[in-house]
Amino acid sequence: MSLIRVDDVSFGYTADRRILDGVSLDIAAGDTIGLVGESGSGKTTLLRLLLGLERPNAGSISFDGAPLEPGNGPFMRQFRRQAQVVFQDPYSSLDPRQRVFSIIAEPLRSLRIAGDHAVAVASALAAVGLDPDTAKRYPHQFSGGQRQRIAIARAIVAKPRLLLADEAVSALDLTTRVRIVELLAELSKDMSLLFVSHDIGVVAALCQRIVILEHGRIVEQGETANVLAAPQHSYTQRLLASVPRLTLKET
Amino acid sequence: MSLLRVDSLSVQTSDTVLVSNLSFSLAPGERLGLIGESGSGKSLTALAMTGLLPRQLDASGSVLLAGEEVIGGSDRQLNTLRGTAVAMVFQEPLTALDPLMRVGKQIAEPAARRAKRDGTPIMGGALDATVIDLLLEVALPDPQRIAQAYPHELSGGQRQRVAIAMALACKPDLLIADEPTTALDVTTQAEILGLLDGLVRKRDMALLFISHDLPVVANTVERVVVLRRGETVETGLVADVFAQPRHDYTRSLLQAARSFDDALGGKR
Amino acid sequence: MTDITLPSPPTKAKHTISLTFWGGIVLVGIHIVLALLTLVWLPYDPNAFTGGRLDGASLSHWIGTDRLGRDLFTQLMIGSRIALQVGIGAVAIGALIGVTLGTLSAFASKWLDDALAATLDILIAFPTLLIAMLVVAASDTANLWSAIVALGIALSAIVARLTRILVKRVLVMDYITAARTSGSSWGKIVFIHILPNIWPTLSVNFALQFGLAVIAEASLSYLGLGAPPPNASWGRMLQEAQGTVYSAPLGAIAPGLALVSLAIGVNLLADGLRDQIDPTRRNR
Repeated sequence: MSLIRVDDVSFGYTADRRILDGVSLDIAAGDTIGLVGESGSGKTTLLRLLLGLERPNAGSISFDGAPLEPGNGPFMRQFRRQAQVVFQDPYSSLDPRQRVFSIIAEPLRSLRIAGDHAVAVASALAAVGLDPDTAKRYPHQFSGGQRQRIAIARAIVAKPRLLLADEAVSALDLTTRVRIVELLAELSKDMSLLFVSHDIGVVAALCQRIVILEHGRIVEQGETANVLAAPQHSYTQRLLASVPRLTLKET
Repeated sequence: MSLLRVDSLSVQTSDTVLVSNLSFSLAPGERLGLIGESGSGKSLTALAMTGLLPRQLDASGSVLLAGEEVIGGSDRQLNTLRGTAVAMVFQEPLTALDPLMRVGKQIAEPAARRAKRDGTPIMGGALDATVIDLLLEVALPDPQRIAQAYPHELSGGQRQRVAIAMALACKPDLLIADEPTTALDVTTQAEILGLLDGLVRKRDMALLFISHDLPVVANTVERVVVLRRGETVETGLVADVFAQPRHDYTRSLLQAARSFDDALGGKR
Repeated sequence: MTDITLPSPPTKAKHTISLTFWGGIVLVGIHIVLALLTLVWLPYDPNAFTGGRLDGASLSHWIGTDRLGRDLFTQLMIGSRIALQVGIGAVAIGALIGVTLGTLSAFASKWLDDALAATLDILIAFPTLLIAMLVVAASDTANLWSAIVALGIALSAIVARLTRILVKRVLVMDYITAARTSGSSWGKIVFIHILPNIWPTLSVNFALQFGLAVIAEASLSYLGLGAPPPNASWGRMLQEAQGTVYSAPLGAIAPGLALVSLAIGVNLLADGLRDQIDPTRRNR
């Protein structure tokens, strides 16, 4: 039973330029999927469509069997309880004028989630490995990696079934990147994960399935191990050949 | 005789030390990588090589470029070095080019300047031909059309090639590249790195390559200096340092890089 | 991922800036004290002819009397109160109209937004004083409130333009998208995320407009379009002292100094504010 089903979706802001063309995708409970593409592939747009921030021009997106209706308030509240997102830039995804507690608690308030918010926030902070007194401070007092953890805490506080990540580690240092990837791997034991990235190495380390997007179309998808070992499409092959490897060339 | 010799370079503000006691040297035709994460001081080091540090920062120590002392050098003195002995390529192709000037003209400027300094000024048709040659050298197809284009009409990869062409126009002995492919797509990155590699060999230039990306550095340079918060952590041949890191920090960096590299190879 | 984050400016500069802030506080503070004082005490009845005509400064009349024998210091104090009323009132009205219009424009469709922006640009091209005069003339009465409303309307165009661009800048930030995916309504987003983030820059602008409003009102009064006595403002004092400026200069110098000191004080405050605006700067 799929959590999210994308059925032949197309999207473009203008009639002549299609950003996404006939994309179909299935996200089931327990999946960790990596969506790989370069700039202009449409991966960010697909993410926005999945979040209900835009409507597709053609095709449909359904959640738990029901089609996504971005205009329907109560439906979207239900949907957003289940699907949350972490963005790329840790410096612009947190409101600089709000304390961390407010930032993390916002989904609880806006989605009208019952229960003790203070407890939920504390447990989210613990889950991402941050001190409880992080909640009293402001975002600028933290490093990029810590801010990303705060962003993740915000995304998981409502206990969603699906976590969407838009280049969530791309802006981080290498050593921090590894730690955040480990965190996401840990969290993905309890929720499905759709990880959008241009970095195949990270996707390979984190995701069970991989989907390759080129110019708005899915050119290849499958189990990560299989696709990496034997890429079928020429673009996938070119992509994999371009990734710099640690094994040194003969000089 | 080294082309670039850095001796105990320190860069600081009134209350913080940003780079401390950095020393390394680069012979003509040699390739050196500066590896560091954010806050390591690697970009500041690159700027210090040509005396381009922001005014609030103080530099001490010695940077000998082609025999001339850069630290404390006057602008006039340094200007003769910049654009002849050394040229730089920056990370962000979008901001490295003047948005209001055609690309051809932006390449023509340093080319003309270099020719004038050599005592053989070129203008008009000869200058245009030089620009076209440079565009071909950076593997840009249809160079006549590109020369007439504005930066926003080109892709990121094309812009970076133009930036490299501008650097080559100076006929430098030393090319400093500060994260030249970080802002580019993976496939474009591979092309630009290949281009840089070929050009550096062909023109026998020295290369100072700054990056946080270990696999990229591994495939581009012969020696590395690993920086952390302004301090040198480890130096040596890239093959040695990467195979047998001595310092804990280097080890953690390599471990991180290796985990992703292994995942690509199929191990998880 | 650039490495080059410049460290904060050297500590010496910070002290100089604090000095200007304090200078501003002192200057504006003097006027606030005088203004508040008028609510409970005045040296003399402003309308009473308590002294000789055009007397110089003396112990009983600290800066002398005007051509009708009324105490000038009393008028000066009342002028402070009027100036502050005008400043606060005009800026508040300008803010209310401007922020609302600017925010709506930032959210509007491209055509509506462009039309609004063009209209605002035309309004801004008119001198503030001219617009204020038009509004006062149209309102048919010349009193303090008509002047305040007129100035408020004149100031609102710039506030709207500024708000529009600030809101647009905030709208593309990820934390706004995050708020949307957290389920927050646009209303909530505007009040919780957008307004607090544009407030620092706007507040500097309001401080500057305060000074402008005070001077503009003085100009209106000078031209006879402002509040009539007993609500005499410094502008009116200047107008009345015009004829006798050589024989009794204090009558013109005093209100002139008062006007200049308040305007400078407010500008210094605005300068100081600009440096206090970020929570990020406060903790360096």
